[in-house]
Parts: sequence; structure tokens; C-alpha cells
Amino acid sequence: MNSRKAEILVGGFVVLAFAAGLMLALKVVNQNMAGQAETYTLNAKFDNIGGLKVRSAVKVGGVTVGRVDSITLSPKDFTPVVSMSISKEYDKFPETSSVSILTSGLLGEQYVGFQPGFEIEGIENLSDGDFIEDTKSALVLEDLIGQFLFSKGQ
Amino acid sequence: MENLIEIDNLSFSRSGRLIYDDISLRIQKGKTTAIMGPSGIGKTTMLRLMGGQLTPDSGDIRFKGESIPQMRRKRLFEVRRQMSMLFQSGAMFTDMTVYDNIAFPLREHTSLSEDLIKTVVQLKLQAVGLRGAAHLMPAELSGGMARRAALARAIALDPELIMYDEPFAGQDPISMGVLVKLIKALNDALKLTSVVVTHDVTEVLTIADYIYILAEKKVIGSGTPEEIKNSDSPLVQQFLQGLADGPVPFHYPAGDIKQALLGSNS
Amino acid sequence: MNWLAGIGAVTIGKLSSFGRATLMLFGAIIAKPQFIKNVPLTIKQIYAVGVQSLLIIVVSGLFIGMVMALQGYTILVGYGAEGSLGPMVALSLLRELGPVVTALLFAGRAGSALTAEIGLMKATEQLSSLEMMAVDPLRRIIAPRFWAGMISMPMLALIFSAVGILGGHVVGVDWLGVDSGSYWSIMQSTVDWDKDVVNGIIKSAVFAFVIVWIATYKGYDSIPTSEGISKATTETVVYSSLAVLGLDFVLTALMFGIE
Repeated sequence: MNSRKAEILVGGFVVLAFAAGLMLALKVVNQNMAGQAETYTLNAKFDNIGGLKVRSAVKVGGVTVGRVDSITLSPKDFTPVVSMSISKEYDKFPETSSVSILTSGLLGEQYVGFQPGFEIEGIENLSDGDFIEDTKSALVLEDLIGQFLFSKGQ
Repeated sequence: MENLIEIDNLSFSRSGRLIYDDISLRIQKGKTTAIMGPSGIGKTTMLRLMGGQLTPDSGDIRFKGESIPQMRRKRLFEVRRQMSMLFQSGAMFTDMTVYDNIAFPLREHTSLSEDLIKTVVQLKLQAVGLRGAAHLMPAELSGGMARRAALARAIALDPELIMYDEPFAGQDPISMGVLVKLIKALNDALKLTSVVVTHDVTEVLTIADYIYILAEKKVIGSGTPEEIKNSDSPLVQQFLQGLADGPVPFHYPAGDIKQALLGSNS
Repeated sequence: MNWLAGIGAVTIGKLSSFGRATLMLFGAIIAKPQFIKNVPLTIKQIYAVGVQSLLIIVVSGLFIGMVMALQGYTILVGYGAEGSLGPMVALSLLRELGPVVTALLFAGRAGSALTAEIGLMKATEQLSSLEMMAVDPLRRIIAPRFWAGMISMPMLALIFSAVGILGGHVVGVDWLGVDSGSYWSIMQSTVDWDKDVVNGIIKSAVFAFVIVWIATYKGYDSIPTSEGISKATTETVVYSSLAVLGLDFVLTALMFGIE
């Protein structure tokens, strides 16, 4: 009877640990992109990526649709190339779409803002491996301040 | 007479201190052999050497003709199933009931059904008079009862050899009498070979068939109880009669007290 | 020359002690493991080291989560970034505080108990007695305790983190008025399963290995007197706490140091 009690309590302990793990998995961890959904890759060249990092979010109108996969420097023209994995759910973006690097809040982290283009006859949808032509770089605070001072001086 | 254990020219030292110097002993099969001696000469060590828990510096210990120090671990474990040891404290497993303690060696080493185990355990407990205490925890037993329970566990697998480590130490006269009777009865009924390590002279003289007296790293006397009683060795006599001073000195070796108290200049 | 000999003696002593500890571990878990026979024993030990540590883990997790939320809020609110309270609490718990504080509590609660228990078994000749019954005490006594610790600790760390995050929610959201939605959603967008949760579990498994190894070895190797056991118990807590903190740095550097 003694070992039975221990077994029951150990069973409860294991269940509790599973519940904790489940809670972490469901409530705490981002599950949208963590490998479970199929993705395709899009690339974009920026002049300046600012504070963008690998795993930063890619958002369309605030909805996360993907993550930054890698950030490399193009060996030809020394501009940063950001490759993003986008969920297969959203695979109908037209080629006229544009991306820009935005900041959430004044001091928040940076993310890639994805602006879907207009669907016009003859324009294809973006597919795996495509480059997005229309990009806007990150706003660098120092540059902004520099411009501000410059325009004041005029 | 066949010997169950033969010890030849055994020497053993621990942390640099020599404990046994070239000792030879014979334990006869089916007999009760007592190993006696003053406290602190490592009588328990002798049992551990026989059980293969310690390895001698030199010399040999043979169990049924097979050398224990040279045995591989696996073989040693097989041999140990034929022997068992009653520890001074009883060494009952404190986290199990008395019943489970005695069932423990059976569950470990046999594939008997729980029904059979129950029968065996009850028989063993009956033999030591503790059948009613099966459900108790070891902590609830008195010292004498714990030792009897441990004895029941020691005989659970019907060993050929039982080693008793100070079975009478710290027991009241009644439990002492019970234990003496039990050891004797077990020896006669089960044809066991017993080795009793002790310094309780009177008890041992009543149960032992053969006695070794150890002191000063050596065997200082051996023989049947009669021979020992009539021994003319002063050491043996001092031990038997419990004299405070004699060949075994009262004082631990030390310098002259006059010198120690008054300083070396006096 | 005496000091040189002293250094030598200490080194040899430590090395031979480490060697004995390795031999013990090898004998207990690698040489001929008996998993099936050990399952009931291991369950009993999980009860002793895991279930019995649950209360202290849950209470400390709750309080640490609450304190984190309180401290974090006062700092973050200065930047208007109190929405980031969720990820701050979750990340510090999952990556660091969960594994480390659980390990320290585990060392104090279960490690010391293991050492004392095994040391007392040695002092009361139970280990010798097992050996004389042809039962290997390493496999019978050490192995189940070892596995129980290895299984319990990561589970305790998970529970600790989960409770801590809830505690943070209680203080941050219910008390200080951070928006519940942003508490969870910003947490979700920041915390990563592999990087944060799995690494935390790996950390606590490593800590468990070290603590249980130290605890069982110290008990098994203790001098079987009351003084020896008390010394061994103290050493278990001190050594395993230091080992946990030191290893935590190494593991953190390996896991998060280089992006």
C-alpha cells in the first residue's frame, strides 16, 4: 500500500510536469513558425538593415507571416541580403509587393514589414527563391538626427 | 575433518597500520568456531576478509578450496550466496518492514512466487520467534529483536556459513541467552558452519566447538573450550579472566608519566 | 619543499577521489544496467527526490516569478515598454532561473538527503550487508537514485518556469495592470521552443547529472561516523551549488553566447 501511494504521487508529478511543458508549448512559445508549417523563401536586398536580426518577424499589416532566416552580405555589391521564410499559407503575394524594415515602438525590436502589391493582369505571384525588388531600408536614428540638424542649418 | 575455510599466512594492514601478521586459521565444516580477542584488534576485519569485502596484503583465504581474494567479482557474488553475515547492528534495511527485509534475499536471488516467499519468511521468523513482528519497521524493534530479525534474514537463503559479528555485544542477559540458544539451535538443526566473532567469554565457551584467540596481530591461543580454559599462556588467561593489567597492558603505549608531567629537565 | 609536497598530496587526493567517483558511476549505471528490475525502485526514488521537492519548487517558482514581474515592471515602465514584461519574465525563467534555481534548491533539498541517506546506510552496515547478500549496492542503491534525479530535475525545472510565468502574470497583469494579451502575445513572439525551452531542459539535465553524481558519491564515500556524514552532506551542497553555477556559465556561453 505504501508503494502504491508513491506510485500515484509520482504519476501526479509526471502529469504536472507534462502540464507545465504543455503550458509552455501552447501559451509561452511561438508556435506559428516553429517548423510545423511549411514555408517558402523570399529574398530582399536592403541598403541598410539597421538592427534586424535572424528570427525577426515578417509582418503583413501586423500579422506575422514569416521569419528572417538569414542575413548575408551580397559578395557583388556589398549590400545586405535578407532571406525570409514565409508560411505556405500566404503564397499569393504579387511581385509588386514591397518590404521595409520597421521598428515596433520607439525602442522595440525591428521587423520586416511586408506590403503586398496590387494584383494586376500579367503580374505573377512571388514564389520560392524570388527577390523582392521594392525595398525600404531601416531608419537609422543617427541619420535622421543628421538630416534634422542639416535641415535646421539651412 | 573437512575445512570450509582455510586461511594461510594472512597479513593485512589498513592505513599503514598492520592488523594481522602472518595468521593461519581453519574453520571446520559443520562446527561453530569462535574468534575472540580484545576490542580493537580487527575481529570484524577478519569476517570482512572471509567475505571478500577486503583483500589481504599477502596470504590466502580459501572457501571450499577456492581462493577468495583471487576470485572475479561475478564468482565472488556467487560464492557469497552460500555465506551470510550477521552484522553487529543487524543492518536491517530501514526503509522496509521486517517481512520485506527477510523476503529481500529471496526476491533478489530466487524466482519463487510471492506465496512461497511468504511461507519461507514466516518459517524463518517463527524460528527466531518474531512471526508476530513481521509488519513492524526495523526502527520499532528493540536491539535484541533487531538482531534476531537480522538472523532470520541471514538464514533466509539457507547458507552454509554464517558469520556472526559480535552477536552478544550490548545485549541484556535475556536476549543474550536467546541468541546463544538460537545460534546453537541453528547450527545443530541446519548443519551450518558458524564463525562467531566476540569478546564475551562465557557465552562463547558454551557454544563454540573450537576457539581462536587473537591479540597483538597474531593467534595467541587456539583449541577446544577445554583446552583454552586450561591454557597456560598468560595472555590467554588474562583475556579469559578479564584482568585489567597483564601481557596486554592497561596503558596505551606512552612515554614515562614522570617525564610527561614534570618536563624533561627534572 | 613542504608546500610543494602539500600541493602534490592535495592533487593526488582529488584525482583519486575523482577516479573513485567515476568508477562508482560506471559501476552503477553503465556496467550491466538493470532497467526493468530497477523501475519500481526508481519510482520510489522519484517520489523521494522529485515529489517531495515539489512544494519548495512550486513556492519558490511562484515567488521568483512575482518578484521578476515587480522588478521588471518598475524598470520597463520607465521606457514605456511594460508590454515586454512577459518575454522578460519568461526568458529569464526558461533560460536561467528555472534550471539554476531549481538545481540549487534540488541540491539543498534532495542532494543533501541523498548523501545523508547513503552515508547512514554505510554507517549502519546496510551497504556491506547488501554486498554480503551478493547484491551490488551500486546497482541496488546508487543507480535508482541516480536515474530518479536525472528524471525529476528537468521536470521540476519545467514546473518551476511554468509556475513562475503564472506568478509573473499574477503580479504584472492582475496587480500592476499590464495588458494580459500583450503579456502572452509578446512572450509568444519572443520565446522559442528549441532555443529557450529545450536549452533550459538540457541545462537542468546536466545540472541533475552533476548534483546526483556528487550527492551519491559523497554519501557512498563518506566516513561512516556522524561527523563524516555531516561533512559529506555539507560538501554535497557546497560542491554541487558551485558546480551548478560554474557549469551554468559554460552552458550559457555555449548555447547563447555565439549567435
